[in-house]
Amino acid sequence: MHVVVCIKQVPGTTKVAINPETNTLIRDGVEAIINPFDENALEAALALKDKTPGTKVTVVCMGPPQAENALREATARGADNVVLLCDRAFAGSDTWATSYALAQGIKALEKVDIIYCGKQAIDGDTAQVGPGVAEFLGWPVITYVRKLDVEGDTVKIERVFEDGFEKIEAPLPVVVTVVKEMNVPRMASLKGRMRAKKEQIKMLTAESAKADPNEVGLKGSPTRVVKIFTPPKKTSGQKWDGIGDPIHAAKTLVGKLKEQKLV
Amino acid sequence: MAELNYGLTESQIEIRDMVREFAETRVKPVRAELDEKEEFPRAILNELGKMDLMGLYIPSEYGGFGAESSLDFIIAIEELSRVCIGVSVSYAANALGADPILIGASDEQKKKYLPPLASGEKLAAFALTEPNAGSDAGGIQTTAVLKGDKYILNGTKQWITNGGEADTYTVMAVTDRNKGPRGVSCFIVEKGMPGFKFGKKENKLGIHASATRELIFEDAEVPKANIIGREGMGFILAMRTFDVSRPGIAAQGGGLAQGALDEVVNYARQRVQFGRPIIANQGYQWTLADMATEIEASRALLYSVCRTVDSGAKDYSKFSAMIKLYATDVAMKVTTNAVQLLGGYGYMKEYPVEKMMRDAKILQIYEGTNQIQRDVIGAALIKEYASAKK
Amino acid sequence: MALEIVSEKCSGCGLCIKACPFGALSLEMRDKVGKPHEKFKRIVMVDVSCNLCGACVPVCKFDAMKLDKGEPQKAAVTLSDYKNVWVYAEQRDGVIQDVSFELMSKGRELANQRGCELVAVLLGHNMKEKAQTLIEHGADKVLLVDHPALAQFDSDAYTDVFSELTRKHKPEMVIVGGTSVGRTFIPRVAIRVKTGLTADCTGLDIDEKEKLLLQTRPAFGGNIMATIICPNHRPQMATVRHKVFKKGKPDASRKGAVIEEVFDIKSGRSKVVEVVKEMQNEINVAEADIIVSGGRGLGGPEKFELIRELAKELGAAVGASRGAVDAGWISSFHQVGQTGKTVCPKLYIACGISGAIQHQVGMSSSGTIVAINKDPNAPIFDIADYGIVGDLNEVVPAFTKALREG
Repeated sequence: MHVVVCIKQVPGTTKVAINPETNTLIRDGVEAIINPFDENALEAALALKDKTPGTKVTVVCMGPPQAENALREATARGADNVVLLCDRAFAGSDTWATSYALAQGIKALEKVDIIYCGKQAIDGDTAQVGPGVAEFLGWPVITYVRKLDVEGDTVKIERVFEDGFEKIEAPLPVVVTVVKEMNVPRMASLKGRMRAKKEQIKMLTAESAKADPNEVGLKGSPTRVVKIFTPPKKTSGQKWDGIGDPIHAAKTLVGKLKEQKLV
Repeated sequence: MAELNYGLTESQIEIRDMVREFAETRVKPVRAELDEKEEFPRAILNELGKMDLMGLYIPSEYGGFGAESSLDFIIAIEELSRVCIGVSVSYAANALGADPILIGASDEQKKKYLPPLASGEKLAAFALTEPNAGSDAGGIQTTAVLKGDKYILNGTKQWITNGGEADTYTVMAVTDRNKGPRGVSCFIVEKGMPGFKFGKKENKLGIHASATRELIFEDAEVPKANIIGREGMGFILAMRTFDVSRPGIAAQGGGLAQGALDEVVNYARQRVQFGRPIIANQGYQWTLADMATEIEASRALLYSVCRTVDSGAKDYSKFSAMIKLYATDVAMKVTTNAVQLLGGYGYMKEYPVEKMMRDAKILQIYEGTNQIQRDVIGAALIKEYASAKK
Repeated sequence: MALEIVSEKCSGCGLCIKACPFGALSLEMRDKVGKPHEKFKRIVMVDVSCNLCGACVPVCKFDAMKLDKGEPQKAAVTLSDYKNVWVYAEQRDGVIQDVSFELMSKGRELANQRGCELVAVLLGHNMKEKAQTLIEHGADKVLLVDHPALAQFDSDAYTDVFSELTRKHKPEMVIVGGTSVGRTFIPRVAIRVKTGLTADCTGLDIDEKEKLLLQTRPAFGGNIMATIICPNHRPQMATVRHKVFKKGKPDASRKGAVIEEVFDIKSGRSKVVEVVKEMQNEINVAEADIIVSGGRGLGGPEKFELIRELAKELGAAVGASRGAVDAGWISSFHQVGQTGKTVCPKLYIACGISGAIQHQVGMSSSGTIVAINKDPNAPIFDIADYGIVGDLNEVVPAFTKALREG
């Protein structure tokens, strides 16, 4: 079997903060990480490989040259191949153009059986690219997957929804987007880390992925960002003394919340 | 943070970073629970195995990572110990059990026993201590008598780290009572061999995550082929094992002390009393300064000892003893201070320093009490000065 | 298409560098015409990670940033062919979901602004009667596709039917609830009909001049907001989460038509074998509008009763910090934070949670944050809108009581 994992490199949000004076993003020391849900996707693929010898895992990422680091981490954890879709022409892609570019990149690979994506990226939170890739490939997609077993040429899946889960069967090839509870991502082995340092990252440009130049990047994106702004600053927090008079403090709080129509 | 230049290699930096991350993300969240439930960290060791860290010190031909320097393994122990020495001792004791095999076993024995230890699939333990043979390791009473193609072992081993959890045991037993220490031999005993049983699990002050048990041999049958080296080599093997393992105990001490310092500094920066963070007090800072200085000094000595081991030096028992003694005394002092510096919170289980202090004490005791280390250093001094005079 | 720095104007102040969400800007020594130079002056350079988002342009005080978005995209379709506002009315087990009614009230506003009809699109089986409630909630028309194959959500079938309806009727805007159903098939529809889709909008408005739907959504965990348009493709599509808009009151006197569309429906390639409802009585933190969370400051598992009572009074979900989960006081299902769930309820009430950064990551984009903690210096107060310093054993019951007394 050949499985593909789509990953995105995102800023590690743990350290993203707003400078209270300038009200701008503080980027100092913000490290780029693999999107956490994509780590679950990668783990699911690697676990399948552990269980089914002969399975090959290819990791695909679209991003700037620095995204190479995310792919090296994937190699360190056990990915067999990594591909970076990297081209100025991809800049400004929205989810439509990103799905298209990834689908083109995947078409350039040998026959694929399963594509794993994280349920969404923590920077954009759109959850649109996984289903989008499936649509471009014409494959079925199962979202919010927490369990997956391959039996012959079908997959047996548990899909989470708001108040429970569904057991689903789908034919291969298939795209799945996975949730965090699916697994605990492994950490890279020492040998893997040493190997990843030397790994040659395969680069794909728009041209080598045979992508239509009119369908990628800003040009291929139906949506446009017209304005970026920091959300209106919250009024500075109010604090009440609940040691001296807890009942009064609680009543004041409830009053405030009612005023804001929150309760 | 500023760091001294210890000239770490690429793989050492890699090991330090990965084990630090592992300890923070996988061990820290469960350490209090492991401690409270006295639960052996089997899942953690399995994961360390998958990360190639169980076999760091094992040559690659036996399935290990084949680290070029003893420091690689020391750094791994240090980083784990920073978070929990109940876990790190289980990790290090595996190497202690494997060391006699590495040092003295035949190629055939190594091929059979080392690969599963390197992968983490199996665990090892070292069994020397007995009820009547603690510091006086020569007083071993467990016997091994050759009968046909088997040695028959009888006796009891006590306080064996990884006891019951391990699959492969390197066991010291007397084969010739008349030869004293020279009559001791070392055997590889597998869990499940006839007559080999486990006694009670010990109830300890600290390192609750580690398993400490009695091993009981009642006419235990061990194949003749499982003796390491020849009859009578056991005591030498044990001493050479301690030479390489004592820096590991020092790494536990150093890591533990560093972890305690981390906790105190983070606490003191946030805790406000008398209108300012308590770290602003000079008295507080001076104690922290002493802690940090002693930790760094202990690390510098430890790394130097490792380099001496790596250089192929034949006799480094004195230095192994020195660093075991120094680093563990520092660990006891630093963790005790850490509890004091956190005040009431330090004494409570909500904060990790009380566990660190409980854990620290064993470091001054096991693998040769610190008094025994001083004996080793003293004896070496007498010997060195006597030979220098000639 | 590029971001250019006018080197004569750039002062090297670095404001844009801080504003860049992609880390694409840096300061380098350049001469007047932008060639590398040892001494001349420091100016800003752009690297390949630039996503042309434009966040830097307005912060520049020297007018030195020029964003060239390239030649204007041509309209992909005849825009004037597209009319009306559509709201996807999501049914689960035959029940129309609240989020759909919330969208109906916003959809009504948008339709009024555009002077067009509001159409509710309902896919399901035996839903005819329920269609009427959509009219009561503001729809001029209900497009109903009633078919056994649509009774339960089927990603392929829903995508097929919705795409066909879109192609046939050409709506100008489509608004869909950001539920697990909506978020699964609507992205596929957008790809198939080749148009833009903006996820999880928190604001929808009409640009009167351009007649465009302004779709505002948070990005980077709510640290910045972006307004997005879809100028040259139709329909303009957006998803919106629960409770972003307010459900209106039904008006039984409203009249409208229920139009049934008949399709030859192929059921999808994936088959639902079994549906298991796991949480009958508990509200999922990930979906809740209000969350009451407890941390290690509770002191013990039994104190979660206080949290549960307050949550019950508010109709809220019960959350927990990692400390409380690690201590075994509550299952990890409730955990909020970096290693747990990321939540963005309208109201988040943190009780006995100090607010470590790992916790903040999971909840800081909540609408309003209330903190109850005995330590006035707990970091949670830094991000809280309202805080009570006190013993939660006293404050939480007082809070519950104050709510009960109304």
